[in-house]
Amino acid sequence: MSKVLVIAEHNGESLNPSTAKSVSCATQIDGATVDVAVFGSSVAGVAQEAAELNGVARVLSVEREENDPAIAAILAPQIVALAGDYSHVFGPSTTFGKDLMPRVAALLGVNQISDIMSVEGSHSFKRPVYAGNAIVSVDAPADSIVIATVRTASYQAADRGNNAPIEAASVDAELPTHTRFVELRTGSSDRPDLQAAARVVSGGRALASEENFELIYKLADKLGAAIGSSRAAVDAGYVPPETQVGQTGQIIAPDLYIAIGISGAIQHITGIKDAGTIVAINKDEEAPIFEVSDIGLVGDLFTVVPELTDALG
Amino acid sequence: MEKILVGLKRVVDYNVRVQVKSDGSGVETDGVKMSINPFDEIALEEALRIRERGDANEVVVVSIGSSESQQQLRTGLAMGADRAILVETASSTDALTVARVFRTIIDRENADLVILGKQAIDDDNSQTGQMLAALWGRPQATFASELTFDGTTAKVTREVDAGLETLEIDLPAVITVDLRLNEPRYVKLPDIMKAKKKPLDTIPLADLGVDGAPEVKETAYKPPEGRQRGIMVEDVAGLVAALNDKGLL
Ligand SMILES: Cc1cc2nc3c(=O)[nH]c(=O)nc-3n(C[C@H](O)[C@H](O)[C@H](O)COP(=O)(O)OP(=O)(O)OC[C@H]3O[C@@H](n4cnc5c(N)ncnc54)[C@H](O)[C@@H]3O)c2cc1C
Repeated sequence: MSKVLVIAEHNGESLNPSTAKSVSCATQIDGATVDVAVFGSSVAGVAQEAAELNGVARVLSVEREENDPAIAAILAPQIVALAGDYSHVFGPSTTFGKDLMPRVAALLGVNQISDIMSVEGSHSFKRPVYAGNAIVSVDAPADSIVIATVRTASYQAADRGNNAPIEAASVDAELPTHTRFVELRTGSSDRPDLQAAARVVSGGRALASEENFELIYKLADKLGAAIGSSRAAVDAGYVPPETQVGQTGQIIAPDLYIAIGISGAIQHITGIKDAGTIVAINKDEEAPIFEVSDIGLVGDLFTVVPELTDALG
Repeated sequence: MEKILVGLKRVVDYNVRVQVKSDGSGVETDGVKMSINPFDEIALEEALRIRERGDANEVVVVSIGSSESQQQLRTGLAMGADRAILVETASSTDALTVARVFRTIIDRENADLVILGKQAIDDDNSQTGQMLAALWGRPQATFASELTFDGTTAKVTREVDAGLETLEIDLPAVITVDLRLNEPRYVKLPDIMKAKKKPLDTIPLADLGVDGAPEVKETAYKPPEGRQRGIMVEDVAGLVAALNDKGLL
C-alpha cells in the first residue's frame, strides 16, 4: 500500500495552487493514502486549506520559527524525519520543490524523479526530458522510497470539499544555521498569478522596450490575464524574470495563452504545451510559434494589439 | 577563498532538434553536435570572474562522463579554467552518483565553493547541486542570478517563481546558476592553443570508490504528443470571432 506525503508550498498566508495539483498526482497512485505536510511558523490557515482538498487523508502541520520563510536546507532534515512512515514524498516542480526535493532525496540516499507528468504505477512514471522533446518512462526501485516532483502543468488542482484532520507534528531534527533568508522582492502582484491564471498574455523581444509592454498589460487587464514573457524579453529588461515562460522559466497550462511577438523557440514552447488554446500574433508568417498555435494572426503587434484591446470593449 | 570547482556536462547542443530513436531506447546522438551544458558555461564564467577580481585563486573544471567529455573540458580550459579533471565512465550516471563523485572530489581538492548549472538541458533534472549540498552538509543557493562574497559568507539572489529571493550563506557552499547571472566569454584561438598545455587529469570512476545509487530505470523514450497546427485568421475581427467560437471570451 502506497502512502504519499505531499509537501505543501505556501507563502505563510495561503496555499500555492501547486499543492492541490501535487495532491491530484499523488491520488493517481492506486489505493494511495495521501497526507500533506505544511511547514511554517504559524500555519493554521494554510493547513485548513490543505485539509479541504479532496483526496487528502491527513494534514501534518510542523510549526517552528525556523520554517518561515521556507529554506531547503532547513526543511529537508525535517522531511527526512517524517519520511519513514511513507512510501512516496512528492513536492511540486516549482522553484520551491525543485530546490527542496533533491536535497531530501540525497539525505535518504535515493535518486529523485523530476517532473512527473503521468503516473503509470506506484513506481512507474513518465517525465519530459530535452525541453519536452522526448518523454521517458521510468521505473523507480521497488524497494526504496520514491522522492519526486510533480509537473504541475500536467494536473488539475484537486477539488475542495474535504475536511481532513489536522495534526500538529513535532519532528526531531537538527537544523542548520548556515543559510539565512535576507529578502524576497516580488513584482507588482495586482495581476493574477502566472501559475494559477486561466488566461495569460505573453510578450517577446518584438515589444522592444519596457514602455511598449504597456500594450501587453492593457490587453491582459481587459482579459483578467496574467503576464508572461520570453527569455529574450526578460534578458532585455522589459519585464521581471518571474514572468518568463519556458524550459527554464515557468511551465504553465492556462485555458488561453496569447503569444505576442514571440518566435516560438523550442525552449519557450515547452512551457506552454499544455495550454488549452494558444493564440499567436506575429508579423512573420513563417514563425515557428504558428506550428503549435490554435489560432494565428499574421500582423504587426503595434497595430493588432491595440485593436484587439479595443475590440474587447 | 582558495579553490572553486565547476561542473561541465557534455550535452546535445541547445540548437539541435532532438529526435527520439525509432526503437525508443533514447534520443539520437550520432553525428549530433555536443556542447557544454549552457548553464555550466555560465557557472564557469562566474568562477572565472570571482578569480579575476581576486576572491579566489584557482578554478578547476570537472566532468563526469566518457572520454569525449575531454572536448568540453578543453573548452573550459580555453575559457580560462586552471585545471581539469575527467572522471571517466562509459555508462551514464544518475544525479546522486554524480553528486557523490563531486563530494569525493571536494575532499581531494579541498574546494571552498562549487558552482554548477541549475539544470542540464538533456535530462532537465535540476538535482545535482542540491544533492551535493546535502551530502556535504553545506548550504545550497540554487537558481542564482547575482552573487557577492564577503569573506566567509556569500549573498546570493535567486530567481524564484515569486520574484527574486536573497539568501546569505556561509562558505563553503554549493551554488547553482541561472541564465541571467552573466554572459559567458567567447573563446579566442590563442586561448585554445594555451589550453592544450593546461593539466587535464583523468580518474576512472571505479577508482573513486563511490557507491552506486539505487537505479531509476528508463524503460522507453517516446516523442511528445504534438499540438496540431490550427487556423489562421485574417484580422482582429477574425480573431475575436474565433475566440468566441471556442467560448474563450
Ligand atoms: C538553455 C536555454 C534555455 C532557454 N530557456 C528559455 C525559456 O525558458 N523561455 C524562453 O522564452 N526562451 C528560452 N530560451 C531562449 C530561446 O531559445 C529564444 O532565444 C527566446 O525564446 C526568443 O525570445 P523571443 O521569441 O521573444 O525573441 P525572438 O526569437 O527574437 O522572436 C521575436 C519574434 O517577434 C516577431 N516580431 C518582431 N517584430 C514584430 C512586430 N512588430 N509585430 C509582431 N511580431 C513581431 C518576429 O517575427 C519574431 O518571431 C532558452 C535558451 C537556452 C539556450
